[in-house]
Formats: sequence, C-alpha cells, structure tokens
Amino acid sequence: MLKDVTLGQYFPGDTVVHRLDPRTKLILVVLYIIALFNTRGWVSNGLILVLTLVCMRVANIRLKNIFKGLKPMLFIIVLTALLNLFYTRGTPIREGWIITWEGMDRAVKMILRITLLITGTFLLTYTTSPMALTDGLEHLLNPLKKLKVPVHALTLMMSMALRFIPTLIEETDKIMSAQRARGADFETGNLIQRAKALLPILVPLFVSAFRRADELAVAMESRCYHGGEGRTRMNELHYTGIDYIALLLGAALTAGIIVMKHFGV
Amino acid sequence: MAFIIEFESVRFRYPESDHDSLCDISIGFEPGSFNAILGHNGSGKSTLAKQMNGILLPTEGRVLVSGMDTANEDHLLEIRQTVGMVFQNPDNQIVSNVVEEDVAFAPENLGIPSEEIRERVDNALKQVGMYEYRMHAPHLLSGGQKQRVAIAGVLAMQPKVIVLDEPTAMLDPVGRQEVISTIHRLCREKNITVILITHHMDECIDADRLVVMSNGKIVLDGKPIEVFRNVERMEQEGLDVPETMRVLFDLNLAGEELPPDVLQMKCCAEYIAASLRKREQEAWQK
Repeated sequence: MLKDVTLGQYFPGDTVVHRLDPRTKLILVVLYIIALFNTRGWVSNGLILVLTLVCMRVANIRLKNIFKGLKPMLFIIVLTALLNLFYTRGTPIREGWIITWEGMDRAVKMILRITLLITGTFLLTYTTSPMALTDGLEHLLNPLKKLKVPVHALTLMMSMALRFIPTLIEETDKIMSAQRARGADFETGNLIQRAKALLPILVPLFVSAFRRADELAVAMESRCYHGGEGRTRMNELHYTGIDYIALLLGAALTAGIIVMKHFGV
Repeated sequence: MAFIIEFESVRFRYPESDHDSLCDISIGFEPGSFNAILGHNGSGKSTLAKQMNGILLPTEGRVLVSGMDTANEDHLLEIRQTVGMVFQNPDNQIVSNVVEEDVAFAPENLGIPSEEIRERVDNALKQVGMYEYRMHAPHLLSGGQKQRVAIAGVLAMQPKVIVLDEPTAMLDPVGRQEVISTIHRLCREKNITVILITHHMDECIDADRLVVMSNGKIVLDGKPIEVFRNVERMEQEGLDVPETMRVLFDLNLAGEELPPDVLQMKCCAEYIAASLRKREQEAWQK
C-alpha cells in the first residue's frame, strides 16, 4: 500500500520539459505558484488549468500518477472545501440552507487551487532528477554563500532525502509486514490507537535509517567526497533557447494573471 | 615486486572496545592479483578492508597504498582514488536516483572536467555491462545490477585496486554470479588488483591468493588449493572447504591413498573410480 506514494519521485524521460534547465523549472514553479495565488475569476483559473494539462501532456506524465500523489492530500483538500462551502456568507442556494452560491464558488476554486499547486510541484519533481534539482537550487541560492549559508550542504541533504524516499518506503513496508505477521493491527481502532500502533514501526525505521546514513557517509567518503569545494559536474547547467522562451512565457503569464485579478476575471 | 597495498604490523582497536580487532597484521598485496579474504563474522576482515583506504587508521603500525601512508591527510584523496571500495548493501552506497549520475559522483568529487566525466561514466558502465541501464532508477534494479552499478561508480575513479566488502552477501545466486564474474573480468582485462572479502568459500576458489582470517589474525595464507588442503584447520575456524577436497580428505582419513587437492568435480570422481577399480581387480586376483 505504501508503494503508491509517489512523492518526490522522478520519471526519467526525454521531453522538452525534461530537457529544460532545472533552474528554469524552479523559477517557473515559483512563478506558477505566484500566478496561482493571484487567480480570482474563472477565466484565470481556467487558463492555469489548461496550461497545467498542456505541460503534463508535453512532459508525458499520466493523470494516474498525479492522482496517486494527490491521495495523501485528499483530507486537506476535502476539509478546506467543506469549510469554504459552509462558512462563506452570501445568497443561500435554497431558502433556509447554510450553503451559499458564493460558498460553492469558493469551494470549487479552493479544490482547484490546491490540486493545481500540488500538480505543479509534481511536474517539477517528476521531470527533474533530484541531482539536477539540487544542482539548480544550489546555483540559484549561490548568492547566499556570501552570507556564509552552507548552501552545498543543504542541497546535498535535500538530494539524499529524495534519493532515500523509495528505499525507506520499501523498508517501512517490510517492517509493517513483519509486525503484521506477528499480530500487529494497523487498520482498526480510533485515531489515537492507530497512531500508537505506528510506534513499533517508527522505532526500527529510525534505527535502520541511522545505520543507513552511517554506511552512506562511509561510501561517499570512499568515493572521494570532501564537500562542495572543487567539485565539477558531469552535466554542467547552461540555459538554452527553450529556457529563455519558457521563462519569458512564464513571466508573461504571471503578469497577465495579476492584471486579470484587477479586472476580477 | 612492490606491493600495491602493504600492512606493516598493524594493530587496531575500536574506541570503547576491550580487545584488538586486528592484531599485528603484516601482509602485502601484489598489483594485478586477485585476492580473497575469507573469514566468518567478527574475524576482522571488514575492519581490514576499511584500513585499505583510510576510513579507519591503524592504532599501531601503518598501511601503505602505493607507498603512501594512509595516516597522512595530504594523501587521503589520492589514496581513495587508488583504492576503490564496494560495500555489502548496494542501497546504502548509491547516491543518486539515476544510474549514470551515481557513477559520475566520484569523478565529480575529484573535480574532473565534464567531458571527461561523461567518457569515464560511459566506459565504466560498459565495463560492468550496465550501459543500457544508464538512465534507469537504481532502486528499480535487481540486487546484482545495483551492485554492478556500485562497481561502475568505483571504476569511474580509475582505481588501481578495488576492495569489495562482502559484495554478494545480500544477493541471490544469479546476482552473485554476475558480480563475481564481473570482478574476475576486470582483474584479468584491466589488470586491476582485486581484494574480495567474503565468507563464501566457493567465491575464493578462482582467486590467485586466499587469506583466511580469524579473531583479527591471519591464520592461513596461500594459493586457494594450498589453503583448502588444511581441511581440519578450516573446520576449526568454522569454514567450508570445497566438496571435492572434503570427500578426498575423509577417504584418505579412512585409509585410502588419493591426491588430497583436486578442485574439479569430474577429476575427483575419476580418482575415486580408479581407486575402486584397482580394489576390485585386487579382489579378483585373490
């Protein structure tokens, strides 16, 4: 069951989206988020929805994978939608009901916004290898090095975390099966009981994660890792024509959405 | 011939431990040779491996890699580049989600220009037969494939020595065969010195030299066939010997006069058959 978690997974491919410079994609995602939070009317929402779908099509990412990733967020999405549905003032749908037309409008937009937000970030992690991603992030954060921020160490930590997600998920699955085989019950009981049942999974998981970290550190040192200084890259980052076009389009879109906000569409 | 790795009376004790994990080890490994180090758990064989590229430093004595002392910080990178190390758990030594990026990790650390890294990565992957998988995610590969990627990751440093610390312990028989034949080929074709740490007796048979360790000491050292001849000693250490030698040893113990050191199954059977025929003839003559 845990195998379904697709968070932070990379699907190798050779599409335009895959080939974009990771820095471009990072900037685009930031622009995308800014645009998303500045949508007001249905036109701007629709525009972003269509754009997202087009990007997915181009990147060859199937809807199925996005939905899989959305599953863990379902609770938050439903909760926000319900809150908006019931707590928005306006004209009731029918005499005496709490649900208002405005509430409906807001709830749907909220669902759309959260879903698109997650989808946008998935588009980034699905099409960019963690190494490239952290590489891009390191380049973008480079100015912070002057302020003595350990940028390389931070980005390396991030890439290691992403690298070990599938490994640790597999491990969790194994531990759960082992506990289940000895009679552990993870599915019944109330929330507190279930949370308690997770403890015997977390302890061995943490122990093994620390052991892994130790072995990984030794393996990295054995392969001459000695910090970020003097490191080169196999795939040096450089912007190409597509990157400039994509950045221009992204900036134009965000600006457009902000303008549209002032007209209320 | 000058040794590529040389231990000079090395003693080692882990901090917070009350006994020596290595006691007075002196041994040298010849360049281009295939060496196996055999021993059961806790015999000190992994500790010995970690001394070879300066991950652990001797408490007493010294370890020389191509004449460089591992205790000297200035040579550390050069030593680690000379002696590549592959570990038991393939998952815990792969650093990237893409095979070729993982193989590129070591040359990137060494500050090699990007075109050359590309060349080295492609070569390394071809040498272990994983070139077609260069864009794959490592966690979706089989154990044997992962371990071959790990070997490629070390090869990309262009090392003179590869030390493998129980590389097959977590693999199935197919994966084991893949890994063992890969390192044999590398030793033969690329003249890379191999030091294989293992507790599988059958992986040592084809080695040039077999070292048996127990309780932090070297107890037997020589050509595999010479080492396996000491059936009783091996048994004391809780180690297997090849089945053929075991059978011949038992038969000789029962009064037969057979050659004690035959590794090929067929050859061994012929000796036993000849001996039986001889006895039959003798019985007839009576």
